[in-house]
Parts: sequence; C-alpha cells; structure tokens
Amino acid sequence: MAATRLLSDDARKEIDRELAKYPAEQRRSATMSALRIAQVEHRWLTNELIEEVAEYIGIAPVAVYEVATFYNMFDREPVGRHKITVCTNLPCALSGGADAGKYLQQKLGIGYGETTADGRFTLKEGECMGACGYAPVLLMNNHSMCKHMTPEAIDKKLAELE
Amino acid sequence: MLEIEIDGKKLTVPGGSTVMDAAHSVGVHIPHFCYHKKLSIAANCRMCLVQVEKAPKPLPACATPVTDGMKVHTHSDMAVTAQKGVMEFLLINHPLDCPICDQGGECQLQDLAVGYGGSASRYEEEKRVVPNKNLGPLISTDMTRCIHCSRCVRFTEEIAGYQELGMPGRGEHTEVMTFIGKTVDSEISGNVIDLCPVGALTSKPFRYSARAWELSRRKSVSPHDGLGANLVVQVKDHRVKRVLPLENEAINECWIADRDRFSYEALNSEERLTKPLIKQGGVWQEADWQSALEYVVHGLKDIIANHGADSIAAVATEQATLEELYLLKQLFAGLGSQNVETRLRAADFGLKTQGATWLGQSIVDFVGSDAVLVVGSTLRKEQPLIAQRLRQAVKKGAKLAIVNSHGDDLLTTLAGELIVRPDQLVEGVLAVIKAVTEARGVAAPAHIDLAGVEVTDAARAVAAVFEGKDKTSIALGNLAQQNPRYAELHAAAAALAELVGAKLGVFAAAANSVGAQLAGATGAGNVFAQPKKAYVLLNTEVEFDTANGAEALAAVQQADMVVALGSFGSCALEHADVILPVSPFSETSGTFVNVEGKPQSFNGVVRPLGETRPAWKVFRVLGNLLGLENFGFNSSEEVRDLVLAGDVAAKLSNAAVAPVAVKAQAASGVVRLGEVPIYQLDMLTRRAPALQATADALAASQLKANAATLAKLGLAHGGNAQVKQGAGVATLAVALDAGLADDVVRVAANLPATRALGALTAAIEVTQA
Repeated sequence: MAATRLLSDDARKEIDRELAKYPAEQRRSATMSALRIAQVEHRWLTNELIEEVAEYIGIAPVAVYEVATFYNMFDREPVGRHKITVCTNLPCALSGGADAGKYLQQKLGIGYGETTADGRFTLKEGECMGACGYAPVLLMNNHSMCKHMTPEAIDKKLAELE
Repeated sequence: MLEIEIDGKKLTVPGGSTVMDAAHSVGVHIPHFCYHKKLSIAANCRMCLVQVEKAPKPLPACATPVTDGMKVHTHSDMAVTAQKGVMEFLLINHPLDCPICDQGGECQLQDLAVGYGGSASRYEEEKRVVPNKNLGPLISTDMTRCIHCSRCVRFTEEIAGYQELGMPGRGEHTEVMTFIGKTVDSEISGNVIDLCPVGALTSKPFRYSARAWELSRRKSVSPHDGLGANLVVQVKDHRVKRVLPLENEAINECWIADRDRFSYEALNSEERLTKPLIKQGGVWQEADWQSALEYVVHGLKDIIANHGADSIAAVATEQATLEELYLLKQLFAGLGSQNVETRLRAADFGLKTQGATWLGQSIVDFVGSDAVLVVGSTLRKEQPLIAQRLRQAVKKGAKLAIVNSHGDDLLTTLAGELIVRPDQLVEGVLAVIKAVTEARGVAAPAHIDLAGVEVTDAARAVAAVFEGKDKTSIALGNLAQQNPRYAELHAAAAALAELVGAKLGVFAAAANSVGAQLAGATGAGNVFAQPKKAYVLLNTEVEFDTANGAEALAAVQQADMVVALGSFGSCALEHADVILPVSPFSETSGTFVNVEGKPQSFNGVVRPLGETRPAWKVFRVLGNLLGLENFGFNSSEEVRDLVLAGDVAAKLSNAAVAPVAVKAQAASGVVRLGEVPIYQLDMLTRRAPALQATADALAASQLKANAATLAKLGLAHGGNAQVKQGAGVATLAVALDAGLADDVVRVAANLPATRALGALTAAIEVTQA
C-alpha cells in the first residue's frame, strides 16, 4: 500500500483504457503504456511511482521495474521541463546531428544526460527515430519530433519553450 | 505420436514434446542451464544448442518442438561447436573464483566448462562486476557469478506465485534483483539456491562451512509439516551441515519448504542437551542415564501408588516418530493410564472418527482435483508445498475456494472466498451447504440444521466451484482443527462433501499427525485442563506447543513431577524435575506417516550428540525397568512393523463414528484469531536463527485487525496494543490486515511475546498501549 497517491484520477483512467485492451489475466501487458502515462504526468519515474503503477496493474513491482529499466525512454532520474533527445546514430550524425548536439550542448551549457541549473532543459542522446531523411532530428519529451534542426531552428525552438 | 531420431536412436514421442524432453526420454544428455522441467521455457542460456537436419543453424533443444521425421544430432561437430561457442560467451564475464565459491564441486557451469570450455580464455578485457544484493537471511548472493539463466526469477513467479526477483536492466547491465530494498520472503524461497546453476545464489547459513565433496549424503524425511518431504541430509564430522530436497514426484516433487531446508541449524544449537539432568534441591545436576531413569521410574510409581494411575499424563508433539509414540502409549498403558495425547493445539476433542484422519486420498490425487475447497487454513504457512501444488493446479484449470478466517493471499486465483470470524467457521461452511441445497434443490442431512443460516454471495461463489466438476475435494486446515467447534466443523464439511460428491480430507499439521493416531497416542483430550500430579513431556515445550500455553504451563508447574524428554536443555528448565536428552529426527531411526497415510521410515543421519539417546530406546528401557511386558524390541523397525501390521489404508478414515449435530450459533464481541506462526511449529524451527530472522518470523508477533476494528478499538497501524486473555497480557505492535472480518483480532500463538495468553479462538481484551 503506497503511503501517498501519486497517480491522478485522469492518469488512472488512461491506464484503465490501456488495460482494457488486454485480457483480464494479461494485465501486465499494459505495463509499458502505464509507465508512459505515469511519466507524462510526473516527468520521471520514481521508485514509488513504479511501485504504485505495479500496484494499480496488480503485478509485482519488480516486473514493472524490469520494463522501466529496459527502455531508455523511461527516465528514472529527474529531468528538466523539456527533455531534448538528439539522434546521434550514424545517418543523422553524418547529416548534421552531431553538430546539432554540439550546438545544443554549447547553447545550454550542459552535456548529454545533464539538466540545466534552472531545471528547464535536459539533453539526451537518442537512438534512430526512423526519420533519417529529416536529419538532424530532435525528440521533445519523447513525444514530438522536430526535423531539420539547424542552429537557427534550434534557437527558434528553444525560445518557444518555457 | 511423432517418430524422430536423436543421435541415431529412433524413438516416438508425443506431439508437443521438445527436443530436450525427447532426448531425456532416451537418456541423451544435452548440456543446459536455463532449462528446468518444472519451469517455463526461457531458452536464454543457449547452452542446449543442437543440430537439426535441414535446419540452417543450431536450434535450442529446450525450446524446439519435435516434428515428425526430425533428425537431431546433439554431439555432432556443428552442435559441439555451437555449445563451445556459447560456453565461451558465458565464461567471458564469469569470475574464475571457483576455489572460493560455495558452489564449487557442485556447479553446473564448472562441470560443463570441463567438457565445453577452453583451457584458456581469449578474452582479455575487463570483466563485469555486479554488486551483491541482500535477499534476506536465507539466500546469499555473489551476483558477479550470475549467468542470467533466469531460473530463480521464473521460480518466484511461477512456483512461489509472486515475482519477487526480476532482471532489470538491459544487455550487459542486466542484473537479477528484487525490487529496491526488498528481500525474498517466500516460504519456499530456498529452492532458488538449488535452481541456481552457478554460485550466484547460495545458502547463507551454510556459507563457507563445508565443501560439497566432503559431505555424506543421507536420506531422511522432513520432521515439520504433514507432507513428509523427502530430504537429503548432508553431514560432515557427525554434524548436519545442510539439507536439500530428495526428489519424490508424488510428495514434494523437487522442492522443499524453507523450514525443511534451514531448520537443521537447531540441530547444532548450543542449547542441545548432552546429559540427563535431575533437579535436586532446586538446582540442576548432571546425572547418568541409569540414575535418571531410576528416578523417573520411582517417581512415577510413587505418584501412581499415592494418587492412582489417572494422576499421570503424557504429552508429545506430532513431530515424534511412530515408534516413540507407540512405546510412550504402551508405557502408559502398562502403568494403567490412558492419558496420552499428541493433539496439543486442539481445543475440541469431541470428534471421533472411524480411523486416523488424513487427506482422504493421495497428494497427487488431491492436487489433481478439478475443484478444491480449503476450510480454515493459513495454507501457505501450514502446508507450503501443498499450497504450491494447488497453485499449479489452478493454472491448469482447477477451481480453488476457501472458507477461512483471514484473506491471506494464496498467490493464486480463488474462485470463491468466504471470510468469517474464527468462531463462525462452522456457520461459514453451513452457508455454503445452504447455497448448495438451494442451487441444486437437495436437502441437507438431518443432523445439519440450516435454520438461521444466511446465504451470502460469497457463500454462493464457494458453492459454485463444485458445479459441473467430477473430482472435487474439501480439506480442513490447521485453523479448522484448532477450532473450538472442530467436531461440528468436521461434520459440516463432511456433509458438504457428501452433498457435492467431494472427498473430505484433513491436512496433517505435523510430520507425524497421522502416525500419532495410528500409534494410538491420542484420545486423552486436554490433559492440562484438570491438572495431573505428574507429566511426561516428549519434545514438548508446553508454552509453545499447546493451544493454551498459560493453562498448560500452570498445570505442569503445579505437578509433583515433570519428566521432560527433549533435545534442548532450555525446553523445560523451569518446571521439569528430570530432563532426558533424546534425539531429534536426525539422530534416530523412525517413521513418519504423512498426510496421505504413507509411512516413511528413515535412519539416523548422524550419531546422537553426547549422551543423547533415541526416545524409543529410552521408552524401551523405562518399560523394562518398570517390568512391563512386550518391551523387548530389538530395533525401531520391529516396533514399526508391529504398529503398522496389516493394511495401513484400512486404518485411515475421516468418517465420524456417529453423526455430530451441527447448528448455527451467533457470535459477538472481539474474538482472537490465534494461529501458530510458520517458524514456531516445533522445537527445531523455533531454534533456527536464520528462519527466525525471516520476514515471516518478524511479522508474526504483530497484532492484526481490519480498519474498522482498529478504529473501534482505538488502535492505529504502526502503534502498540495491549492484549489480555485471563491473566495473560502481551504488548504487541499493531498492523492493518484488510482480509479479516470485523471484530477479529489476529494474535499469533506460541511466540515468546504471546505464550502467556489463553485459547487460540476465544474472547480477547484489547486496549491501547
């Protein structure tokens, strides 16, 4: 029993919708979706949050922890309000991805895997997003992809973000 | 059936078999780590790669289903090359620390590396190092040695029922661990030690104490619950070093419970008594056997001469062997007393059956039932391995229902669950009977009075598990057998079994519960209620082995003479007059009759410690000293053959001699749900330090109640409470247990903290502390 309730009613409703997609005895199938919903709500996954997701789905916490640690888009450490993931796989890197990454590092004053002191941005290195033709590509908060991210485009994008 | 060929041997196997199954059936060994016959297929170690003709690459034997005409080569060049390749990969990160590894000498990786490993490694880079985990007091970890076969993970999920272990991380960052900060708390967790093919998980109590090749392996039988798990006891220098399961598919499969595995620590306890003790002028003096036994004989004779034969009584726990109990009974019969009792935790002795109560069928048949109802049982703690087998049965489609006094998670799916107050278990079963009579339009037998019984939806759900099922069973657990209305409860369960065509069974609380009845060591009832002048206690610690410790202690304290036969000096120091050191199961030959009525004889695995003697020999000498006839046995086998002469099966019966009238009663007020904690079952478990450090043992002394009851009593989860029964008082930590009925306070019995309390199922006063 979690001491405090971390997941909101809305998040629980969303998880319910995911759970409904699977047979009643296969509730663990919704683990990835539930973690995604929890992460969207809390930005990153604390152990308490993982435990609460497990409890809500009705499976052992370690089973959820396995999933949370397997996929690198789940954050288990605090991230800034905007998580920027730069694709540095070979096709992107050759088409400006590496430069985009360098530019971001310089501009934000942080390295990969770090968060700005004001808690605004976290910079991460990402794997292929299947959009090599649009290189360089960035992924914002795991959800929205930005293409052709030249330094100008990056400046513009960062200015839009609080 | 499919025809295939393995290494040139033609064979036919059933469809759905894997290449591994097929190979085993013809005695071909395929090297493997992750494969285990009782676990799901993972195919992640890749060691079992074999060559299959017409397949383009080696295939894992454990996960490849056979097809008709398949030709498999397990030792061809291709197969061996693949296996050697896998071995090289497995050894890349495996430390070369066999000389200091507890698994050394019994390690599958070590053994297979001899056959498939290179003599030197081509890998020169840094090896992976993995931090060790704290899995609790039983399992020691050296996680750098882990080869990620995932057997332990699958065991916790599939066999133990709850995934306590997992493999977080990815690729080379994968580590076997529990969820942050948790320990492995399953009551059968020790089996992961056997499952681990390397030295990653080893026994914590056994750690660094002996090498596999120094140990002699001797067969024995578990002296704890009534299952009679078969054991391999490993000894060195006449000391028990370790206990492992002996595979017996019909009883314990390849598992044993943690208390079977780790209780041996008590055998080597400092508390073991090595010489007879006599109390003289209030001071304990060591004595020789001759004078101790003469003291006993004279004492008993004096008391009989002055107060009559009814003034003496003997009690023994059901962990005593068949031979010991028979001779104890004969000894008392020779003295003219029938006061011998082993049902020390029972509160109602009104039930008379036509034979010894038992499971009613074999264990395999019981767990093969289509529907099972368990009445009054903390099943996982009372019968850890039967609970495990029922869990597997449920997975195969069996329906399991309970009528119980608490909702402890059985880690399986329940088709019906009726939770009632402990003093309303009878009414719970009556409600199920009424639900059956309503659903089927049949009448209950005349001695079952259903007037005033309310049928709830929960009762209907329990009744429904029997619908359309052929093989059904009902079993009465320890809580039922300890119930103050056990005779009625048994009658109600029997009536329900009759109505639905189920077999009635009674779980055996202890290793020799059935044997005790066969030996005739029951029938005296509660010998503490009317205190006697003299008591003979066999392996009995009255405060810890009886239903009402306070009453029993008062009775022995007022007695003129108390003879305690036990393995531990501390068992009766305060109230005994003579303490005779007798052998625990490991130092005597004997027989336990398990829950399915199967006698299992065993030999002593080590010689008796000091001047300890097997109790059956002590009784034989006492019989001779008393001049009794028929005490000329030369061996325990002679005693056994005499007791078990004829057809044992014919002596087993759960049928009552005469119908017991059952009628619903009302109950009110705060009632105690008293139960014996898993690691307080007997003298040995309560002296095993590792078991006493488990989460189960630590949680046992909590007072538990549901939220409404806690609020009513003014208690809060995490606070303290004072409980009172008669003159007995205890202060306990309070914990919430949502699975209890209202007004039920769960206070375990037989603990140091609660031994002064009274009856297990009775009114209890609770106040804030």
